[in-house]
Amino acid sequence: MMKSSPALLRNAVFLAAALLVAFAPLPLPQTPPAERTFRIDATQFAFAPAVLTVNPGDRVTIELTSLDVVHGLYLDGYDLQISADPGQTATMTFVADRAGSFRFRCAATCGDLHPFMIGKLHVGPNTLLWRSIGLALLAMFAAVMLGMPRLRKA
Amino acid sequence: MPKYDLLRIPLLRKTLESRWPQLILRAAALGGFAIAILAGLLGTRVGNHNFAIVVVWIAWWAALMLLAVPLLGRGWCAICPIPMPGEWLQNGAALGPVQDGSRHGRSLKRFPKSFRNIWMQNVAFTLLALFSAVILTRPSVTGWILLGMLLVAVGASLVYERRTFCRYICPVGGFIGLYSQLAPLELRVVDTKICAAHKEKSCYRGNAEGYGCPWDVFPGGLAVNTNCGLCMECLRTCEYDNIALNLRAPGADLDPPHGLKLDEAYKAFIMLGSALVYSAVMLGPWGALKTAAYSIGSPAWWGYALGLLVLIWGLLPGLFYLTTRAAQALAPVRLPPRKLFARYAAALIPLGLTAWIAFSISFVFANISYLWPVLSDPFGWGWDLFGTAGAGWTPYLSLAVPMLQVVVLLGGLFWSGRTAAKIAAEQGARRHVWPVTGFNTLVTIGLLWLLVG
Repeated sequence: MMKSSPALLRNAVFLAAALLVAFAPLPLPQTPPAERTFRIDATQFAFAPAVLTVNPGDRVTIELTSLDVVHGLYLDGYDLQISADPGQTATMTFVADRAGSFRFRCAATCGDLHPFMIGKLHVGPNTLLWRSIGLALLAMFAAVMLGMPRLRKA
Repeated sequence: MPKYDLLRIPLLRKTLESRWPQLILRAAALGGFAIAILAGLLGTRVGNHNFAIVVVWIAWWAALMLLAVPLLGRGWCAICPIPMPGEWLQNGAALGPVQDGSRHGRSLKRFPKSFRNIWMQNVAFTLLALFSAVILTRPSVTGWILLGMLLVAVGASLVYERRTFCRYICPVGGFIGLYSQLAPLELRVVDTKICAAHKEKSCYRGNAEGYGCPWDVFPGGLAVNTNCGLCMECLRTCEYDNIALNLRAPGADLDPPHGLKLDEAYKAFIMLGSALVYSAVMLGPWGALKTAAYSIGSPAWWGYALGLLVLIWGLLPGLFYLTTRAAQALAPVRLPPRKLFARYAAALIPLGLTAWIAFSISFVFANISYLWPVLSDPFGWGWDLFGTAGAGWTPYLSLAVPMLQVVVLLGGLFWSGRTAAKIAAEQGARRHVWPVTGFNTLVTIGLLWLLVG
């Protein structure tokens, strides 16, 4: 069945708004790249610190020190991995050229909770989260407004 | 969207009418289940090198939550191995009935009426959730749990008629049933008048061709997928070829939504709350929370357990109750608060399933590569059956996973909003939709923060 013009218009408006929220360029603050070094202590089953924040373009060095058993660090999105023996430090250096929020996780079986030993690296503002929240609010309105014809019939 | 009866395809009808394909699949599943129990009890203590942990909690869970439940509803229940031994003992046969199927199980009791609901399943799932950090990581605990489920299923089959374990006890069956309402597949009758006029009700009672419905359902009265296990017994026993296996629009059971009972409504909250807790414990960066969930009996664990129980049994349902009270204040309707609460809880079904899919995507893609070595060395004893024992751990799609999670969650929120709108339309109270959808949106934002924040 063909949709009526108002319904098509409503759909088009929501679609355009969704595209805008999802892809419109944001006025993000620009900061000059810097050298950032983090020392992360790894113990069963936590990284300390577990949340790192850098700016896009920063040259990041992570020194992973294992304080008990062998631990590793795999960085999602960057596909980088290091491993540190007990009492030893392993180092990775990379340019944070990909913005967003990335999980890093233990890459060496270290005990029962190993698969859940996780940290986060924030590179700049987490635009995915903010855009997602915007889209969630839009989805709420869209779900209700696009349901209105049914409500009117009722 | 019009429905299409898949049983019009002669090959499919023959395949489903025959017991052999199903038996082969179930036997394979039972074999895997037995290996999981043995590996759990006898294999390596290292979870991610043990068949029990990797196959059950990563591979099977992925297949269940990402494919089986969204696409087939209770499709897994049709080949689940857990009730098999009990059914064999109950029926005295591994295939079709050796005598008239209507005579089977006459000496067995019906499950007590006060337990014919899913409260036991709600409690069973809550118990699993309370101990999940240990169950999901210690092979021996998984082994005992699986063995325990098998024994309880056998016991239930010997005392009570039909598949009592699946219908009323299984901790997994409850949420599969709830979310099966979203599947694009349904078993229904072609013409309800034929069923009404058929005095023998052989689909429910059984006949020479098969057993009465193991799920204690009269197919002629099926309106939603929740309690149909897709076992196909009714297809075998129906004397009028009156059974249809329809392809349909996803979520057709929610269009219009059938009101949930209170036990089903609570299941929706338990699942949604558990998805929040699991996302925080298993995917979050909080080591202390993980340790608390793992250290059973410690003060930290008691705190975790109390927090979990309060969230899923008290806080979420309580906030939703207040939400429906606010809806009632916006547009009064002649419905008791408890019924309004249960009715609008149906709007949580799409969001709950997508929350679990979003959680599972992250967990599964990060860990599924543990499967390859485990297939070659299920017990961690140094075997290399298929030459994959040395395969290394590699997370898959780590860059794409957050986007997929966002898309899935937003889809669930939209679907839930549409469902709430339909319920509001049914009530003739369009304003109700705002507080209910607002609640869903807040939960979604919480999930987004936990999963991609």
